[in-house]
Amino acid sequence: MILKVGLGQINPALGNLSRNIAIYEELFTLAKAQAVDLLIFPELGLTGYFLRDMVPEVALREESAILTRLKDMSREIPIATGFVEESKEHLFYNAGIYLEDGEVRHIHRKVYLPTYGMFDEQRYFARGKMVRAFDSKFGRAALLICEDLWHPSTAYIAFQDGADFLLVLSSSPGRGVDLGEKLVISDTWETLNKTYAKLFSQFIFFANRVGYEDGINFWGGSEIITPEGQQVAKGRYFQEELVVGEIDTNDIRRTRISTTLLRDEDLDLTLRELLRIHQKKFA
Amino acid sequence: MVVGFSVNLEILKQLLVGFIQNEVGKMGFNKVVLGLSGGVDSSLCAYLAALALGKENILGVMMPYKTSNPESLRHAELVVKELRIRSLTVDITPMIDAYFQTFPEVDHIRRGNKMARERMTILYDQSAAENALVLGTSNKTELLLGYGTLFGDMASALNPIGDLYKTQVRLLAHHLGVPQVIIDKKPSADLWLGQSDEEELGFTYDEVDKVLYYLVDKRYSCADLIEKGYPADFVHSVYQKIQNSQFKRRLPIIAKVSERTIDRDFRYPRDWGR
Repeated sequence: MILKVGLGQINPALGNLSRNIAIYEELFTLAKAQAVDLLIFPELGLTGYFLRDMVPEVALREESAILTRLKDMSREIPIATGFVEESKEHLFYNAGIYLEDGEVRHIHRKVYLPTYGMFDEQRYFARGKMVRAFDSKFGRAALLICEDLWHPSTAYIAFQDGADFLLVLSSSPGRGVDLGEKLVISDTWETLNKTYAKLFSQFIFFANRVGYEDGINFWGGSEIITPEGQQVAKGRYFQEELVVGEIDTNDIRRTRISTTLLRDEDLDLTLRELLRIHQKKFA
Repeated sequence: MVVGFSVNLEILKQLLVGFIQNEVGKMGFNKVVLGLSGGVDSSLCAYLAALALGKENILGVMMPYKTSNPESLRHAELVVKELRIRSLTVDITPMIDAYFQTFPEVDHIRRGNKMARERMTILYDQSAAENALVLGTSNKTELLLGYGTLFGDMASALNPIGDLYKTQVRLLAHHLGVPQVIIDKKPSADLWLGQSDEEELGFTYDEVDKVLYYLVDKRYSCADLIEKGYPADFVHSVYQKIQNSQFKRRLPIIAKVSERTIDRDFRYPRDWGR
């Protein structure tokens, strides 16, 4: 199956839901014009990233008007996006949602909340406790958010849970200028994306935002990577755009025939050894 | 050159130009006002701002005092001419002298601080007249060392070069075509005749930038740096300067009384809603 994927490399306004939903509508129209089959927005794309005390102010319940609007849009094009989720218990999550045919198919709550250096997430967000793949009309997928992917365990779980597509929603702050042709952080992310795509023979859809918040930039460079590690679409650095790329989902089958990593992976061994380590550490 | 100072200057330029465009634009402005001292920091800022907003949207303000080195004004005018930005010259001598007539005995530090703050009030007034924001021009070296006047030259709405060491300011200035004579001259706050930053600080920018880079960016301890061969008294004096000037890098502290105190448990970004 040929699948046209759109990555919304947007510059959301910080804590301004109405302005951001307008940006989503605009990108949605662009995506429709290009016959995009799946549209992915970045981490906290609906709200902006460095929210601090705004977190509860921009949090959305599932029945909120904005998510209802996105559900409606998903009847035409399935949508994944980052947002602040407010649970029934009034806990606030840095979450990603996948919407299809007007329904919520999956919500992932970010597990690894960076709280170091410039990051403050554990101060404001509750921590997710699950990594699960889910079924979409295109096949089995998993959704991870930014720092989640810096823990190979999350990608490994998604792989074992049968994900053929890894949707990575990101708001990665730019830093590290050395003599290279790109920021140090961009180089690191591109290495991660390519490595995971190849190790787990799956597609990576990496949607990263652009813009500045209180002087901190977000570098963009959204990309689509095939299970063989080929980049089929690449967003520019620092510029807003809808990044569109076409993939052939049959690549997954072909890659898994030639590279039998999933077949050969010994889940029992991994579990046994991890249990042994767990017992040793926590007994 | 220490690893970490040699950077891709094109990316750096792109990042800082984007910063000015984005952060000025989202506050609802399209212009900036900045003080032009004729030094490399403010010259670089003018070049970046002109790239970001266009020459017609930059107002460079030159604010000499009667004892200012005439070369400072000449170099500032050179920047104005090269960039073809708008400019304004305000002689601060009458205001400064009027004030110090009442306090004739004050030392040059107080005089210098007063001049820096006089210039700040002019920049903020001009920014109101222009419907513009004040662009800061302090670099990371002086911000860390506290080598600036609180609410004087340290005051601004946004600062594109506050995360660049002096060494990097010079590299980027060269890359953007700031006249070489400005890059090469001896750095001076020009607050009194013959003042030299490096003489006053007691070390060169090249030397201190390396120590700052390791202490701040690379998280070396003083002991690590001494082991690396840096003189102990130098390392300790730099550390002391950073510590003693911390107050200049923070908003005034507030006595906590309520359950929600500004900047303590009332935490919003500046770009709130924008």
